[in-house]
Amino acid sequence: MAKYLLLKHYRGAPAAVNDVPMDQWTPEEISAHMQYMQDFADRLEKTGEFVDGQALAAEGTWVRYDGEGRPPVTDGPFAETKDLIAGWMVIDVDGYERAVELAGELSAAPGAGGKPIHEWLEVRPFLTAPPTVTE
Amino acid sequence: MDEALIRGLTPSVLTVLVRRGADFAAAEDAVQDALVEAVRLWPSDPPRDPKGWLVTVAWRKFLDATRADAARRRREDRVEEEPAPGAATAVDDTLQLYFLCAHPSLTPSSAVALTLRAVGGLTTRQIAQACLVPEATMAQRISRAKRTVSGVRFEQPGDVATVLRVLYLVFNEGYSGDVDLAAEAIRLTRQLADAIDHPEVSGLLALMLLHHARRAARTAPDGSLVPLAEQDRGRWDTESIAEGVEILQAALARDRLGEFQAQAAIAALHADAPTAAETDWVQIVEWYDELARLTDSPVVRLNRAVAVGEADGPRAGLAALGEVDAGLPRHTAVAAYLHERDGDLDTAARLYAEAAQKASNLAERDHLTRQAARLNSGRCR
Repeated sequence: MAKYLLLKHYRGAPAAVNDVPMDQWTPEEISAHMQYMQDFADRLEKTGEFVDGQALAAEGTWVRYDGEGRPPVTDGPFAETKDLIAGWMVIDVDGYERAVELAGELSAAPGAGGKPIHEWLEVRPFLTAPPTVTE
Repeated sequence: MDEALIRGLTPSVLTVLVRRGADFAAAEDAVQDALVEAVRLWPSDPPRDPKGWLVTVAWRKFLDATRADAARRRREDRVEEEPAPGAATAVDDTLQLYFLCAHPSLTPSSAVALTLRAVGGLTTRQIAQACLVPEATMAQRISRAKRTVSGVRFEQPGDVATVLRVLYLVFNEGYSGDVDLAAEAIRLTRQLADAIDHPEVSGLLALMLLHHARRAARTAPDGSLVPLAEQDRGRWDTESIAEGVEILQAALARDRLGEFQAQAAIAALHADAPTAAETDWVQIVEWYDELARLTDSPVVRLNRAVAVGEADGPRAGLAALGEVDAGLPRHTAVAAYLHERDGDLDTAARLYAEAAQKASNLAERDHLTRQAARLNSGRCR
């Protein structure tokens, strides 16, 4: 099994095909979208491929160490940040093909007009522990 | 005997062990082990004296665990003349246990975890699931918390207010896994109310019952949030409301008002209205004024602005909102709502979308996005 992170971006991904912000959809279209996402996660739990899924708030803070005895420096949020992660799903699947297949399904979630969003999702493999048998 | 009933015996069993000289951390572990055995054995072989059974088994577990200890012989001598679990001090002891688990030296999350385990009798796994953290993390949090309070004298008097804050946090943790923390918080607050006569304990219990009564109506079948005004009041739990109102009235009659009683009074006024339109907003505003006097909390002033908007019209609400710090969570959502009531749908839609960006939980974010969508799609068609 191999773990993959499916990343959804608020900003930074190429434009989706059906690129209408959610507050411009109808309430029914929003419900249909939520249902699709829920069904997707439920299905992955049943197949034993779901690990975790979380959504992130749109705004965060940048923090760095500022030396001994000093409080950390904070900055942001930056309105101009190019890449902003909206949330993720971690899956544990047989391999890359399956990860891509699932990301494709997730990207087909319905949006405005009830049509698939065709949203770009980022699929990132986890770096794994070294295998027990190396030769 | 169901699990909650077994767990209800936790505080009194634990305090018996501590009274007999066991240190808190070891006693707590021993009681956990005894509870696990009880859950396993009692369904097929219920004891005549459940508490006595738990005390005996927990004490044996404690002795097993401290067998290597130099004091072993002395302790084992003591078990021979095992005193009957005393009812006389049990009430005070339970209270001491609450104080210990909510001790000011603990962080809020540690106090919540320790209370759920040592007072509530939940297992580390159940607490971890309910708080959505790995079990190993929760085990560490609990053992650190136990170390933190290990030097605190058991008889040391505590402040009820700190206990109430912890129980309030437990109530708001919601529920996931197989434990309903809101129901557990109610059980623990009820148990506390039995141990101490304090109007604010009653106030918190009433508040929890009144909010819990609306839970089924608060979410739509698709999981989305249903705001108070749109809830199907037929789905409110009338028994829970009646109990909450009765407890609240008895507390208020004692004329020692506190913030939980005032919050419960507001919840009771909502519960009392047959329809949203019949809500007594004038009285609700008066209670918010009381609450603001008691707490000086900006969140109270924010909620008060909503109530003013209902009592005196959206313009008055917006004026009240103008006096509240705009950086507060939910400020934008309240502004959106008041603008919508005032008929300014463009501003309302824009603010709802903005508020959704700032929401701190998913249900609220989705709800606010839907509100924006509702106004936007209403205008396009």
